Amino acid sequence: MTDRVFDIGVIGAGPAGLAAATAAASVGLSVVLIDAGSQPGGQYWRHPDEQQVGETDHAGHHDWTTFTTMRSALHTAMEAGHITYLPDTQLWLIDPVKEATARRTLRLTNSYTAGPEQHIARRPTEVTVDQLILCPGGYDRQLPVPGWDLPGVMAAGGVQALLKGSRTVAGRRAIIAGTGPFLLPVAVGLAEAGAEVVSICEAGAIRNWLPHVAAAAQVPSKGLEGAQYAALMAKHRIPYRSRTIIRAIHGETSVEAVTTCKVDSSGTPIAGTERRYEVDVVGLGWGFTPSLELPVMVGAQTRRDVDGSLVAVVDDQQRSGIPGVYIAGEATGVGGASMAVAEGKLAALTAAADSGRPISPRDVSRLQHKIKRFRGFAVAMHTAHPVPEAWTGWLEPETVVCRCEEVNYGDLCTAHEELQADDARTLKLVARPGMGWCQGRVCGYAIAGIAASLCGREPSEEDLRSQGKRTLASPVALSDLAALNNEIHL
Amino acid sequence: MTTAVESGRTADVIVIGAGAVGAATAYFAARAGLRVTVLDSGPLAGGTSSACEGNILVSDKEAGPELDLSLYSQKIWREDLAEFADLFEFESKGGLVVAASERSAQSLHDLTERQRASGIQVTNVPANSLTDYEPHISKKLTAGAFYPEDAQVQPMLVVAHLLRLARELGAFVHTRTPVTGFIRKGAAAIGVQTPQGDFHAPSIVNAAGTWAGNIADLAGIHVPVLPRRGFVLVTEPLPVTIHHKVYAAEYVDNVLSSDAGLQTSPVVEGTDSGTVLIGSSRERVGFDRTVSLPVLAALAAKAIDLFPVLEDIKAIRHYHGFRPYCPDHLPVIGPDPRVPGLWHAAGHEGAGIGLSAGTGKLIAQSIIGISTDLPLGSFAPERFEQVLT
Ligand SMILES: Cc1cc2nc3c(=O)[nH]c(=O)nc-3n(C[C@H](O)[C@H](O)[C@H](O)COP(=O)(O)OP(=O)(O)OC[C@H]3O[C@@H](n4cnc5c(N)ncnc54)[C@H](O)[C@@H]3O)c2cc1C
Ligand SMILES: Cc1cc2nc3c(=O)[nH]c(=O)nc-3n(C[C@H](O)[C@H](O)[C@H](O)COP(=O)(O)OP(=O)(O)OC[C@H]3O[C@@H](n4cnc5c(N)ncnc54)[C@H](O)[C@@H]3O)c2cc1C
Repeated sequence: MTDRVFDIGVIGAGPAGLAAATAAASVGLSVVLIDAGSQPGGQYWRHPDEQQVGETDHAGHHDWTTFTTMRSALHTAMEAGHITYLPDTQLWLIDPVKEATARRTLRLTNSYTAGPEQHIARRPTEVTVDQLILCPGGYDRQLPVPGWDLPGVMAAGGVQALLKGSRTVAGRRAIIAGTGPFLLPVAVGLAEAGAEVVSICEAGAIRNWLPHVAAAAQVPSKGLEGAQYAALMAKHRIPYRSRTIIRAIHGETSVEAVTTCKVDSSGTPIAGTERRYEVDVVGLGWGFTPSLELPVMVGAQTRRDVDGSLVAVVDDQQRSGIPGVYIAGEATGVGGASMAVAEGKLAALTAAADSGRPISPRDVSRLQHKIKRFRGFAVAMHTAHPVPEAWTGWLEPETVVCRCEEVNYGDLCTAHEELQADDARTLKLVARPGMGWCQGRVCGYAIAGIAASLCGREPSEEDLRSQGKRTLASPVALSDLAALNNEIHL
Repeated sequence: MTTAVESGRTADVIVIGAGAVGAATAYFAARAGLRVTVLDSGPLAGGTSSACEGNILVSDKEAGPELDLSLYSQKIWREDLAEFADLFEFESKGGLVVAASERSAQSLHDLTERQRASGIQVTNVPANSLTDYEPHISKKLTAGAFYPEDAQVQPMLVVAHLLRLARELGAFVHTRTPVTGFIRKGAAAIGVQTPQGDFHAPSIVNAAGTWAGNIADLAGIHVPVLPRRGFVLVTEPLPVTIHHKVYAAEYVDNVLSSDAGLQTSPVVEGTDSGTVLIGSSRERVGFDRTVSLPVLAALAAKAIDLFPVLEDIKAIRHYHGFRPYCPDHLPVIGPDPRVPGLWHAAGHEGAGIGLSAGTGKLIAQSIIGISTDLPLGSFAPERFEQVLT
């Protein structure tokens, strides 16, 4: 099995990857679908382990039928031998393209989900592909705030993942803060599961939405979601406060309380507006930021998106600019699951066309049209819910910024003032933020923002890219690396 | 309004390159009372000085000019720079060189004899005492040698702090300011051009590391500095597991070798932050930045051979850098007789961090015109010219 060659490798079995894999198989390509999770669905359609709980209700899941339809297509294609699906599998390195064949070898290992019984023999340690569709998704974008390192403080996506994945409520009294519509499902999900949600704090102003209603209206299902949540929030009596942030989180060994305050349009706290809430869970949601290590590893171009995150550059058919590599889903710009599905399909069609398969131009233009509409909505949402420009002003010198390496904001200020660190990379080199276990996945966005604000400028693509580059896509055991010594030849 | 002098446009010395060598040169020149301006095309420590390991070694040297420079540099780190040791995590941790076969035990033994005669402190360690030094080391080794003088620094902090100290002595450091040409007066260099304007000084130091050859080209002369790529694997942070810098005896051969092909020899060391760094590879592939899996695999395998406990430890990333080397494996240090006003301080290959302190001090002495603590003859920049004719 180690030397199997596939037409297409799809990385990620979330909305984008599932769509890409099934679409590619349906036009006759052989596909290997690699995903770190145990079940298909990615972040959006995360659900409890069905082997343990059986088929369950899918409260909290939108577009569940989109998922089940694609999942059936996946199973059919697997049975027909068109898709080889490798769950619990982490891609840790993409080899440089082989000159002779223009193929790429993908290096695989057990992912964090793989139990001890799933020994390596069941899965190849490498596969080789002609074309690659990267759908690595994203993760929570986090901003440090005094006390955010206390147990009980979670990223909003993490709260949601617990709810969706294991139906666990993280505490009894919760507060949700940050910006964007994603705060609503998290708060409602907690309330439905029995927690008391004392408030949603939205850093932006709701009336920011007005100029963008037109864009939003083009995607009717989004409007509907909003109305549903409004009703549920009323039912659970969840107060919604705009222009409000969590200024500090308090507690000895875990969260006991928070202080909120009002902010002006730049995000600067307004004195005298502080309020204290006793809570045992804090969910902080500042949107999502794409996983870019794979696009960067293959040399794809990146840019700073409207929401300030680093994203991969693709053309209007999902081509990355690197021959044979396509990118879809969150990695091209955060835009939600429906857009990810459309992009995944389009990437598969383009890859098929580029390798000489006939495809329907009408399908292509229909997908492009859809993506354009979704993108319009995403841009409107990002514009209405920016990360407040003055957020670094919330930090105290002793606020931890990088939890792995225990680097606080004061350390970064010193590195800037005394050691002339004037970009994110140099900050990292001299003060170590982002150098630890998570390799900047948690703090990378914040470090880029802090570097820029210390220098009195906007964060640059370079600031972000220096935090997004990871030469190994995940940690890998030295013995796994060493094992390759016998197999490969110079 | 700032005057030309206040912003460093007119200085006594311009240093091109804000790596370890440039930073040490700037510091010692400023300490000698000179007005210094440092120019770098990137951020500070953006070159090889942030893609290396930071060892200050005598153990991998044999009698000759490089050993003399190493021993001199040791003295500078331990005396002139002693008060700053903590700022850049200077740690005199000692190096342990180990042999894996009877034959290499013998050649290690012979090497230590010669090194001792040249003034290096070294203790021979029999196989059964190796665990006194490193409790987790492989039981299959045949001999070892311990070098108490081997030390380690955090190279980025060396650069950042030496430049800070230089600035406190009046120096200016302009990052993102690439040198694109020289301003000449007859044969002499009297300044440099950059997209941010001209800078003037009667003395200009080329400390551009692996790119020093390009700077020489701009001055119309030939100084052959070439890249020799090296990869390093970084592990997850661990509780202290490895106490010294530990490497296999074959490393010394590789360091001294001129072979263009890939060489790997295990070099394993812990750092202040708990991560373990695993080097080292050497290959001449130009400025090729693509990852080489055979290199990473060989490094991992050889590290596990030395420390079997590393087997289940995870690598979290790897990085690579390009060592600046000259064909005879000696750096170029000193004034260039072909271009009055131009000095070179480059080509330190795999030892530029360790050798930076001594190099900086020697260059400063040379610029102010006092006799240098070490003769610079073997490092003369024009020596390659003579080979050609
Ligand atoms: C926690 C969370 C909750 C969300 N909730 C909502 C919501 O309620 N409503 C909404 O509209 N949007 C929500 N979003 C956004 C939505 O999930 C995304 O828009 C959508 O999932 C994007 O699809 P994708 O296929 O690009 O990525 P994902 O769904 O993130 O899928 C990517 C997959 O790739 C895998 N992967 C990545 N790298 C590798 C690798 N190197 N090797 C192997 N596998 C890899 C990951 O494990 C993952 O399974 C949420 C996002 C997050 C992070
Ligand atoms: C994997 C590896 C491991 C190593 N381990 C060690 C070790 O343990 N101990 C040790 O002592 N050495 C080690 N080395 C070697 C050491 O890193 C180098 O010798 C040293 O960093 C060279 O320093 P430098 O200041 O000469 O060059 P650099 O640090 O490269 O600095 C040169 C600077 O010049 C700048 N520059 C280039 N062109 C221009 C221009 N036109 N205008 C302005 N600026 C310009 C660059 O941007 C750069 O910042 C290692 C090297 C590698 C690759």
